[in-house]
Amino acid sequence: MPAFVLSRLAQAAIVLLAVSALVFVGVFVIGNPVDVMINPMATQAEKLAVAQSLGLDQPMWMQYGRFLEGALHADFGRSFLAGQPAMQLIFERVPATLELAVTAILIATLVGVPLGLYAAVRPDAWISRAGMGLSIVGLSLPSFWIAIVLIMVLAVWAGALPSSGRGETRELFGIPWSFLTIDGLKHIVLPALTLALPKIALLARLTRAAATEVATSEYMQFARAKGLRRSRIVGVHMLRNLMVPLITVIGMEFGRLAAFSVITESIFAWPGAGKLLIDSILQLDRPVVVAYVMVVVAFLVLLNLLLDLTYGVLDPRIRLQARAA
Amino acid sequence: MSPSVAKHRTQSRWRAAMVRLLQSRMAAGAGLVLALVVLAALLAPWIAPQNPYDLASLDILDSKLPPGSLSGDGSMRYWLGTDEQGRDMLSAILFGLRISLYVGVLATLGALLVGTLMGLSAAFARGWVDAFIMRIVDIQLALPGVLIALVLLAILGKGVDKVVIALIVGGWAYFARAARASAMVERDREYMEAAVCLGFGRGRQLLRHLLPNCMPPLIVIATIEFAEAIAAEAALSFLGVGVPVSEPSLGMLTANGFDFLMSGRYWLCLFPGMALAIVILSFNIVGDRYREIINPRGER
Amino acid sequence: MSATDRQHEAVLSVRGLKTWFATREGTVRSVDGVDLDLAKGEILGLVGESGSGKSVTGFSIMGLVDKPGRVVEGQIFLGASDLLAQSPEQLRSLRGRKLALIFQDPMMTLNPVLSVGTQMVEAVTAHEKVSKKEARARALQSLVRVGIPAPEKRLDAYPHELSGGMRQRVSIAIALLHQPEVIIADEPTTALDVTIQGQILYEIRRLCRESSTALLWITHDLAVVAGLADRVAVMYAGRIVESAPTRALIERPRHPYTAGLIGAVPRIGQAHGERLTQIPGSSPNPLEVRTGCAFAPRCSRAQEKCRSAEPEVTSPSPGVSWRCWFPLEQTA
Repeated sequence: MPAFVLSRLAQAAIVLLAVSALVFVGVFVIGNPVDVMINPMATQAEKLAVAQSLGLDQPMWMQYGRFLEGALHADFGRSFLAGQPAMQLIFERVPATLELAVTAILIATLVGVPLGLYAAVRPDAWISRAGMGLSIVGLSLPSFWIAIVLIMVLAVWAGALPSSGRGETRELFGIPWSFLTIDGLKHIVLPALTLALPKIALLARLTRAAATEVATSEYMQFARAKGLRRSRIVGVHMLRNLMVPLITVIGMEFGRLAAFSVITESIFAWPGAGKLLIDSILQLDRPVVVAYVMVVVAFLVLLNLLLDLTYGVLDPRIRLQARAA
Repeated sequence: MSPSVAKHRTQSRWRAAMVRLLQSRMAAGAGLVLALVVLAALLAPWIAPQNPYDLASLDILDSKLPPGSLSGDGSMRYWLGTDEQGRDMLSAILFGLRISLYVGVLATLGALLVGTLMGLSAAFARGWVDAFIMRIVDIQLALPGVLIALVLLAILGKGVDKVVIALIVGGWAYFARAARASAMVERDREYMEAAVCLGFGRGRQLLRHLLPNCMPPLIVIATIEFAEAIAAEAALSFLGVGVPVSEPSLGMLTANGFDFLMSGRYWLCLFPGMALAIVILSFNIVGDRYREIINPRGER
Repeated sequence: MSATDRQHEAVLSVRGLKTWFATREGTVRSVDGVDLDLAKGEILGLVGESGSGKSVTGFSIMGLVDKPGRVVEGQIFLGASDLLAQSPEQLRSLRGRKLALIFQDPMMTLNPVLSVGTQMVEAVTAHEKVSKKEARARALQSLVRVGIPAPEKRLDAYPHELSGGMRQRVSIAIALLHQPEVIIADEPTTALDVTIQGQILYEIRRLCRESSTALLWITHDLAVVAGLADRVAVMYAGRIVESAPTRALIERPRHPYTAGLIGAVPRIGQAHGERLTQIPGSSPNPLEVRTGCAFAPRCSRAQEKCRSAEPEVTSPSPGVSWRCWFPLEQTA
């Protein structure tokens, strides 16, 4: 097992290296390399001085080397606008984004999976038909439209929930979290719902498809032939077999929510990493963009590794393969 | 098989597919809505009560009027209200529809073209060319197309043509992967060998023999991508990097109207948004049904 | 214990069973009027080609027929009670306890993500309130009975870690857990090696004799059943066309189809190069509504009457019957 983990970590490092090279070259190709390090608003003389001091007159591969060195120390330079180190900016905003992503995926799982299971077991019930029909809606509608409708109905007309911003926070392990306060929870609801709705549709459809496939397997019939109670058949036999595809998708969608919820964060003025990214892209604050890309890639790669490790626990057939490998 | 017989076969196949598509009431309904939408978009210059681009025809005093109000000089009724410049929302939506559909179609066709060519070439060329192209595809597929388009637009600036380009860059990868998968299956078939034996050049082999046989799954993807392109354009406009305000798409109108939601002037945002949602939804319903016919999932 | 010593108590009695499937192309009459009797401790072989409805018969008895199929008509008596009149909960309680089923492919019958032990223990606790420990002990006992080596290890193993033959033994062990009155085995050895097949056949026969469990062995292979069963019933197009004690059936078949099946089995001692008799034609389309005998199109003895009228059942003595207007004569 440790060998497996080590080899995957090595692979992850290679991927990160490749991405860093791509990002670096991309930035080089797209803009004036000087602008990566220096604020394009500076005067010509200032630019020259800084360029020299930063070694920007040196050949590309040397610059890449310095970039990598900085990267290893998680130093991607300073934000043009805020002046703070780019990484610090991002890490300050990560808790907000994580909160949102976790809440959204929790809602999606707790609503979507049971819905899908029910639809698989009782496909003719009106709930099942309605649910599956609505799932097309949930999957099609663009996220900002869902946000708008939610804001309109719940925030403006009903006046029940706030339409933007993050609520009050309370510290846990030295990090401020807003889900620990009532006000914070009120603020999380709308953005989390916006993110969760398409995922509910996705998970419901997926669960239904997987459950239907499992339901027609021979071992399900055999379980019935043994005279097991329905609750055990669905709850143990079916569910255990659904776990692998479900956990995969839930994990991946969580990753996507955490990394790419930029539009929702913008609409709700949620101070997360996604909103930071959008603002940085629009204002061409390149160090922040570069730092964000690296963080996201590292996060997604690690998440993948974690998911792979979980499979081994859930599906004994994979355990055997891993041992043999 | 003579050409006329082949043509007849294809025609009746299309007809059969069309019949099956319309058998689902939802799909038929959605198809009707879609047809109306396209019609409205095409006829907009003639059926819109007002030309929203003609600044001279706007009366600033008529701004922000609720739906159903009469204009200041009593000449027309604003069925869906007006925006902050006095523009009739109905007309704005009709014209916005044109832009949204235009961008959607162009972006999808462009992505289809680029993606298919890349995918086919990769499968055809094999070796490191294949590997290289596919790595780029993999990386691109890991990122949401909207984000890629966003970055490009931040650099390229505003404009309808730039949006189309950005969307093409954001969307080609999906086509490339599917085209390559299809091509990998087809390239080893006998008719391809026959083409080689007959001495056809590689270009001809690729375009006239490989391509037509790889089309069906690509059409399926095109239906998915079209809806996504429209949604993506709307999202980009919402973020302020899409089409310019002078030629607003539905997304732009919605984005514009968002600021007025809080003050209770919902119509500036709701109606364009609804129009957008209806277009995307109907297209997805029809597309979903079409995909089911092509690849039956064994569901009811 | 010879056949004559056994009490002729019908432990399972099927009358006029009809199970139909409603498909888009029409109604498939999988089982179209089947009568069966199974005495205590008796082994009955149900033989038929694929599509004859034999597996569906087994499932119908167990109550496992799913949409779009349903039991349209008939009675299934387990002892004195009609299974078709029972509530779902009552049926559930009977399954696994008084009626057990063994499937064809043991790989797919056992849930791949649960250990063998878990799946055996749950089979015990589903019907009896015992502790997990005791259930485990029972499972162990059963594994020993079916001749599995190192049974404790097997309990903690997962299905894919066992060989095909081993998995089938586990299935049998599960079937025997509650000493059922009837075991229905649906082609249990078809997916196994020929050598393993022999072993399993022997084991099952031994176990059924030991516990006086009635066994309904469903198969397409007449040869398998010849060495195993006390009686054989031959099924064609949803109906039983002949049934008789094994030896009598094989030596003196009355129905042309049975004769055809017997002729198609290669035998030791046959002259090299001697042709196997083939039954001409192919199995009937299950969607067709037929007049007359279903086998008529392929029967060399068919006459006008066969094509127009459905043959009635002739049953000169209990346990012997056939459906044919012109059955093969008994040779002297």
